[in-house]
Amino acid sequence: MSPTNPPLQARPTQRDTVIEMSGITVQFPGVLALDGVDLRLRRGEVHALLGENGAGKSTLVKALTGVHGIDGGSIVVDGVDRTFSSTADAERAGIATVYQEVNLCPNLSVGENITLGHEPRRRGVIDWRGAHEAAVGHLRRFGLDLDPRSLLGGHPLAVRQLVAICRAMVLDANVLILDEPTSSLDRGEVERLFSAVRDLRDQGVAVVFISHFLDQVYEISDRITVLRNGRLVGEYTVDELPRAELVSRMIGRELAELEELGRTAAKPVDRTATPVLRASGLGRSRVIEPVDLDVYPGEVVGLAGLLGSGRTELARLLAGADTADAGTVEMHGRPVRLTTPRRAIRHGVAFSSEDRRGEGVVGDLTVAENILLGLQARRGWLRPLRRAERTAVVAEYIEALGVRPANPDMLVRNLSGGNQQKVLLGRWLATAPELLILDEPTRGIDVGAKADIQRKVADLAERGLSVLFISSELEEVLRLAQRILIMRDRRRIGLVESRETDVDGLVAVMAHTGRPATDTKEVR
Amino acid sequence: MTILETAAPARPGGGLNRLLDRHASALPTAAAVVILAVLLGGAQLYFGNFLTPRNLSALLLDHAYLVILAVGMTLVILTGGIDLSVGSVLAFTGILGARMLAAGSSPVVVVLVMVLSGAAIGLMIGVLVQYFDVQPFIASLAGLFLARGLAYVVSLQSIKVKEPSILWLQSTRIQVGDWYVTPTGILALVVLAIGAFTLAWTRFGRTVYAIGGDEQSARLMGLDVARTRVLVYVVSGVCSGLGGLVLTAYSGAGYPRNGIGTELDVIAAVVIGGTLLSGGVGYVLGSLVGVLVYGTIKTIISFKGAEQAWTEITIGLLLLVFIVVQQVIVVRSARRR
Repeated sequence: MSPTNPPLQARPTQRDTVIEMSGITVQFPGVLALDGVDLRLRRGEVHALLGENGAGKSTLVKALTGVHGIDGGSIVVDGVDRTFSSTADAERAGIATVYQEVNLCPNLSVGENITLGHEPRRRGVIDWRGAHEAAVGHLRRFGLDLDPRSLLGGHPLAVRQLVAICRAMVLDANVLILDEPTSSLDRGEVERLFSAVRDLRDQGVAVVFISHFLDQVYEISDRITVLRNGRLVGEYTVDELPRAELVSRMIGRELAELEELGRTAAKPVDRTATPVLRASGLGRSRVIEPVDLDVYPGEVVGLAGLLGSGRTELARLLAGADTADAGTVEMHGRPVRLTTPRRAIRHGVAFSSEDRRGEGVVGDLTVAENILLGLQARRGWLRPLRRAERTAVVAEYIEALGVRPANPDMLVRNLSGGNQQKVLLGRWLATAPELLILDEPTRGIDVGAKADIQRKVADLAERGLSVLFISSELEEVLRLAQRILIMRDRRRIGLVESRETDVDGLVAVMAHTGRPATDTKEVR
Repeated sequence: MTILETAAPARPGGGLNRLLDRHASALPTAAAVVILAVLLGGAQLYFGNFLTPRNLSALLLDHAYLVILAVGMTLVILTGGIDLSVGSVLAFTGILGARMLAAGSSPVVVVLVMVLSGAAIGLMIGVLVQYFDVQPFIASLAGLFLARGLAYVVSLQSIKVKEPSILWLQSTRIQVGDWYVTPTGILALVVLAIGAFTLAWTRFGRTVYAIGGDEQSARLMGLDVARTRVLVYVVSGVCSGLGGLVLTAYSGAGYPRNGIGTELDVIAAVVIGGTLLSGGVGYVLGSLVGVLVYGTIKTIISFKGAEQAWTEITIGLLLLVFIVVQQVIVVRSARRR
């Protein structure tokens, strides 16, 4: 425990305190993940837990719920000193958690994923009808009309995220922990989530809300605890902590550098040159309708649209992850067939998927191995890199992208989301691609890492790399891209110069016809 | 309704897609049923006298012990594991039972000892897998050698069983018209029914599927992963013990070299029956179909009077086809997303 903090045990525990964590220390191999952190949750509050990537938010949550053991400190639940040995243990004590990466079983049905572990049973026999009815009830609270018997694996990520939240709601918990619950939700879904959260709060539940969306934090929270580098910065009420103050406490440096990026990044490009990529009528039946797209050297083309609008599907066609059944692709004026990721890589197309954990980094390999994967694959496995080359390449990208901790031998799964994203970016940059496709590279990562990645993308474009940039954050797309391709309902709706539009303009095009633009004004 | 409109556009073809949304994982098993029907139908057309009640009854009863082993194996494979010990445990419990009966032990005690020694070996494998993080392949390979060694320790020779109550299990025929079933067959069907019920309607059963789907998630969902995983190996051990009992009754003797390679037949039957080796998808009823496919091929070949070597070749080819078919189904259902 740091000497500046007075011993908390001396403070009288108030009656409305549900959980008091004090002096929590967690040691990972090579990293002190948490160093004497306190967290106090009161009945009927929404408590935001904020900090940059790697600040220790997820670790603190996992220390509470028994996923990680603690090396120091105490956890007092309802006045009783406790540590939980497993999530099940914590759930029995009324602590429900929705983790950042959706943790459900794709091979089970939606209803089962919601109810399993506390499904209605009669003498040990599961009452499936009751379980599915309960599941439908919980889904309805979010306005989700899903067949509870359908397999979870058949649904998109956003739906799975909502199902995960529904699961936590079933528990009748005293404490509900939501770790980045909104990162794959659209505005309407966020609204539904928040109204459910407010209901729970009014019923006396303590809700822990972890998010990188500060608007949402201010919208829903009563109190904020800020962490930085595994240490406690402080606990504040929302009123006493203005946003600028919060951000500087979170990142410990000025925001100026983020602002300075401004819109200068979007420099004009020469559109008389041969495009790096020209797709004509590229489509796949039942998945995406034919799309035309040119990307010029050194140009960043943004891809905007709601979740499920077809933006990821288009990226996957260009990356060879899915095969197009219509249209043609030319690279540098020569027709190519991008039927497999391997072919795409050989033609210089690098694709960084939105599903970081599933389709991106390999968690059980080290940072160095992850960075070298793409390069080695492009060279062919029979031509191994020399050790000196490997070390040099890895050191270059760790340095250039600011991977923290800067340890090439660290396992990637122990890194925070933002740092995993940097490793992934490093992998593709090492292959010296001609077209880099980034699908949601900044989702669920903090302001600092976001700025790092945006700066790097702008930088690369300046040096002649072409980038297709997909993001739900329209400000980010506007800042980086020269032109923005807008998708809706799996169709190309239009292509706009980013100089000639703004967030409201984009939203108006993206939103459904007939719906007033203000409805979706805060689309991320 | 944003989600419905933007994220999950309705697919054309309503009813069929709804069926697929719910039961995509049953496709490999459905394919196994089709194969079985084709085999049986083809054999009937070719031989003219294949689909007789006598023949079909024998098909089940000759493979009753395989059905029992397959139930245990299905549970293990559903968690993403494998149990190579079943053939050896079958031999060990069989010879142990025969020896104890020869020494005059009561049949009730003998049956209990057979089942419990199977369970003990399963427990050992399960503990190795769960708490010592040993690969299931290696842990159960240790079980395979251990049980086979123990079988040779008990006796190097075949021991005849004279105990009437054990022989009764096989010799009694409950006849319905030309159909018949023996208590060993009933035992196999009961084990199968318990297995199917447990998997579909108990938390233990659903936890088995959850572990196979995503172990990390299963743990974070608060399911008892450790206990369930150990238990599936114990169940497989118990099934091997029961299999030993059935085989002893069937052959009227215990023999320490019984069941060499049987584990592979069982795995083949389970996979043909539609259980994915990667875990999380499959049914015990599918495994019954798998065993019947195996048995049908064997019967067809003995009808033809051909070398039994052709059984293995056919099973090998069929397995190959099935694994390819399963992969195609898995890949296609992934694309549907």
